[in-house]
Amino acid sequence: MRTLKFEAGRYKVMTRRAALLAGGQVVMLGALGARMYYLQVLEADRYTTLADENRINIRLLLPQRGMIVDRFGVPMAANRQNYRVVIIAEQANDIESTLAAIATLIPLGESDQRKVLRDIRRKHPFVPVVVRDNLTWDEMSRIEVNVPELPGVSIEQGSSRYYPFGDKTSHILGYVAAVSEKELTGDPLLELPDFRIGKAGIEKFNDRRLRGTAGNSQVEVNAFGRVVREINRVEGDPGQQIVTTIDMALQNFTMSRIAAEDSATCVVLDALTGDVLAMASGPAYDSNTFSAGLTNAVWKDLTTNPRGPLNNKTIQGQYPPGSTFKPAVAMAALESGIITPDFRVTCTGSTSLGNVNFKCWRWPHGHGTLDLHGGIKNSCDCYFYEVARRVGPDRIAAMAQKLGFGSPTGIDIPNERPGLIPTTDWKLATYGVKWQQGETYNIGIGQGYVSVTPLQLATMLARLVTNRAVVPRLTRPGGVLKTGSPGFAELPNYASLGLAQKNLASVLWGMDAVCNEQGGTAYGSRITEPGMAMGGKSGTAQVRHMSQAEHDHAPKRPDQVPWKDRDHAVFIAFAPVGTPRYVCSVLIEHGFGGSAYAAPIARDVLRECQKRDPARSVPEDRLIADAGAPPPPRVDQAN
Amino acid sequence: MIADFDFSARAPTFAEKLWNINWGLVLLLSAIASIGFAVLYSAANGNLDPWAMRQMIRFAASVALLLCVAVVDVQIWLKLAYPIYGVALLLLVAVDLHGAIGMGAQRWIELGPVSLQPSEIMKIGLVMALARYFNGLTIEEVGRPLLLLIPMGLVFVPAALVLKQPDLGTAMMLIMCGGGMFFLAGVRLWKFIIGIVGGVSLVPIAWGFLREYQKRRINTFLNPETDSLGAGYHILQSKIALGSGGMFGKGFLLGTQSHLNFLPEKQTDFIFTMFAEEFGLVGGLILLGLYSLVFAYGFAIALRSRNHFGRLLALGITVNFFLYVFINTAMVMGLIPVVGVPLPLISYGGTAMLTVMFGFGLLISVYIHRDSRINRRGETQT
Repeated sequence: MRTLKFEAGRYKVMTRRAALLAGGQVVMLGALGARMYYLQVLEADRYTTLADENRINIRLLLPQRGMIVDRFGVPMAANRQNYRVVIIAEQANDIESTLAAIATLIPLGESDQRKVLRDIRRKHPFVPVVVRDNLTWDEMSRIEVNVPELPGVSIEQGSSRYYPFGDKTSHILGYVAAVSEKELTGDPLLELPDFRIGKAGIEKFNDRRLRGTAGNSQVEVNAFGRVVREINRVEGDPGQQIVTTIDMALQNFTMSRIAAEDSATCVVLDALTGDVLAMASGPAYDSNTFSAGLTNAVWKDLTTNPRGPLNNKTIQGQYPPGSTFKPAVAMAALESGIITPDFRVTCTGSTSLGNVNFKCWRWPHGHGTLDLHGGIKNSCDCYFYEVARRVGPDRIAAMAQKLGFGSPTGIDIPNERPGLIPTTDWKLATYGVKWQQGETYNIGIGQGYVSVTPLQLATMLARLVTNRAVVPRLTRPGGVLKTGSPGFAELPNYASLGLAQKNLASVLWGMDAVCNEQGGTAYGSRITEPGMAMGGKSGTAQVRHMSQAEHDHAPKRPDQVPWKDRDHAVFIAFAPVGTPRYVCSVLIEHGFGGSAYAAPIARDVLRECQKRDPARSVPEDRLIADAGAPPPPRVDQAN
Repeated sequence: MIADFDFSARAPTFAEKLWNINWGLVLLLSAIASIGFAVLYSAANGNLDPWAMRQMIRFAASVALLLCVAVVDVQIWLKLAYPIYGVALLLLVAVDLHGAIGMGAQRWIELGPVSLQPSEIMKIGLVMALARYFNGLTIEEVGRPLLLLIPMGLVFVPAALVLKQPDLGTAMMLIMCGGGMFFLAGVRLWKFIIGIVGGVSLVPIAWGFLREYQKRRINTFLNPETDSLGAGYHILQSKIALGSGGMFGKGFLLGTQSHLNFLPEKQTDFIFTMFAEEFGLVGGLILLGLYSLVFAYGFAIALRSRNHFGRLLALGITVNFFLYVFINTAMVMGLIPVVGVPLPLISYGGTAMLTVMFGFGLLISVYIHRDSRINRRGETQT
């Protein structure tokens, strides 16, 4: 009985406590259920988002960069397939011996192999590591054939920018290269390792159009970043094609023609449309070297070369125009009514102002008495000293600006320089000194403060032959031109300059005489083919101020002067005389003399240009005159 | 005739024992284990290898073990209680001396082809030993502090050995399970309060003894977002997987976080997360409901036993099982720090499965022999 009693006591305590324990367990289970409700119902959306972020990785797909073609559709910049060897570490048995085997097939140095091994160690074993980039077709095939013996090795295809004409088009097109820190805009496309951005020329100016839009691929990845499958893929849009105004055949011809000179430029414009048919600046560089990534040695070479191969001198070089500025001075005088074409000056070889003697280029001989026609034909400095003195610097400046000098022309590539057209106000503001009469004499012959770019010279001439505010352009809005089509359909409507037809005709007639009249400064470089004759104006721009004594004994042959001290040779020309459509400017840095050295280049280029273009005629409704077609210069002369 | 049969008067025959096995409980355990097979099948991306098939074989073996344990007279288990505890203790010492390193801790011992986790055996051994000890004490004797020193030694010696491995989770389980047994045996509540206060005051000292990774885990638990790729990764990824499962889950074999390996240890400690990711809140609650039925069986069996040893044994095993389930699920939900406790019957692992089923064998043995009367000395009373 006692045993039972004590047994019952224990049992009672234990039963009560078991009930308590069970109650505790129910509470704890309730807590678990509440926690699950909180996580899986109340916070479910947040965790679903986190889960998707965990596993879905969005990868950008690089869009194909747009092509750049010439006016007839010839590719100037394209994308070339590029092959590279990659190795996937987890599929390779012995990476070092595999690399050694690759090195027997293609050039692969010790340091390259070490770099690959370093990359492999740093990355996940399933990530392909580039062993070598930019394989030639031959190297690619050698690897491809041996792939069965090279576990984990494969050939990957990429795309790189390719410029078929290399250094013939580099200043027009510019180049592409990897995005620099500064250029990052937050657009993730720019952060892709293979993305290339335009750094100069058309590639830079039209970069956004050429880029296209990135596609994306949503891939599911596991915790180690390995791609498990693709969930969704949105293809991007490739970049737009850019049609340039360049005629690649003429561009090639022009580049070859100036290649003989150390440093020269030549621009050819279609005066009616402003189309730049050729834009040559030498020496040049090969844009292709930038696509693959430049070596330090090449870069140093390019930047330290005194001939400035990286500069597009047609828009970035600023030079005194010399006598090629005289047509602008003449127009200023004629338009202001100060002179008529009959205005005569007697040249004795020099003009004195106070105690300074301003010499004509023919000094110690003189030109005798000349009218405007003779003044332009002979490029008489004394004639233009007198004209400039009468017109004054500010009216010359106003005309020069009207013709496109003193500010960027607005061509559609970056980094164009403005040049400089001085005025009396500018002189006072800049130097705090009043304008000197002698300075007027200097700008009368395109020296002194005046500086222009070769493109501005061509633009001036385009404006003179059309009487319109032509702006040069490098991209054609109308797309690719059909071969043989004159391209009149899309003539841009440039505003009229409102210059008097007879004044324009007088000046152009003078320029005609420069080439086509016996005794003209460029008579030796005239075009003799019928209907292709050009008119032009030579110029020799002093680089260095010479003292009187130096000037008196100035050497007459280029090889007697150090290169950097030689004068620039300049020539501007239009063709065909009578119904001008093409204008051209040539500048040879330190080329010594315009008529002797620059004019032959202009002749050859304009002749080639007219031979090539079947549409060298001018449409009926678009003669140089606005109203009442003026007699072309040739007709004038016949009268 | 049968109605008059005094069942308590003699030991039941073997056939009667088989008839009396609590088949409902066996079925319930099989249902839970089957959920485990499915989750392991999914964890291997729809393959029986490497986990699901081996787990099924282990479960089959464990069921056989359960039946064998169940038909053995509970009195024999009483006699074997101290020897089993002793063997488990020896193995724990052995593991400290020669144990192989697994998951950064010495927990395994190689016995020929079998690798054993002595700490798992100790969980059962401790329950048996404490049940036997308290079977010998009257309620008055339980109130005498000196008599509590021996059972405290029974608890703390293996707990210390396990902690040294180091396995904080199992050590805590041993202490909590022992505490539960003390509570059920009738130890006064104020003694628990003294024990807890004493324990808490020892925390700063104990902190010094904790391994670096244990300290980190506790810190991580207190502030999991600070280290989302390091130690906090497990908790965070587990919560993401659970939460993204939502109300009805992502579907069988379709759990993204577990299949893409964002979820760590998905076949062992974090298997509940994987299940709840694929089957959602509804699935998770159903599984917890099945476990609750097991607890209810445990309590019911304990209360129906006519001997104190059986009652304590049944409750101890149930409490132990409950702690397993609670610690594991609370851990994966981010309610308590990450400690290495598997989800019983579901997590992949052999020793845990065997010991849990051994425990349920004892529980059923208590059920079959519920009418045996055993006195304080452990003898059958007639």
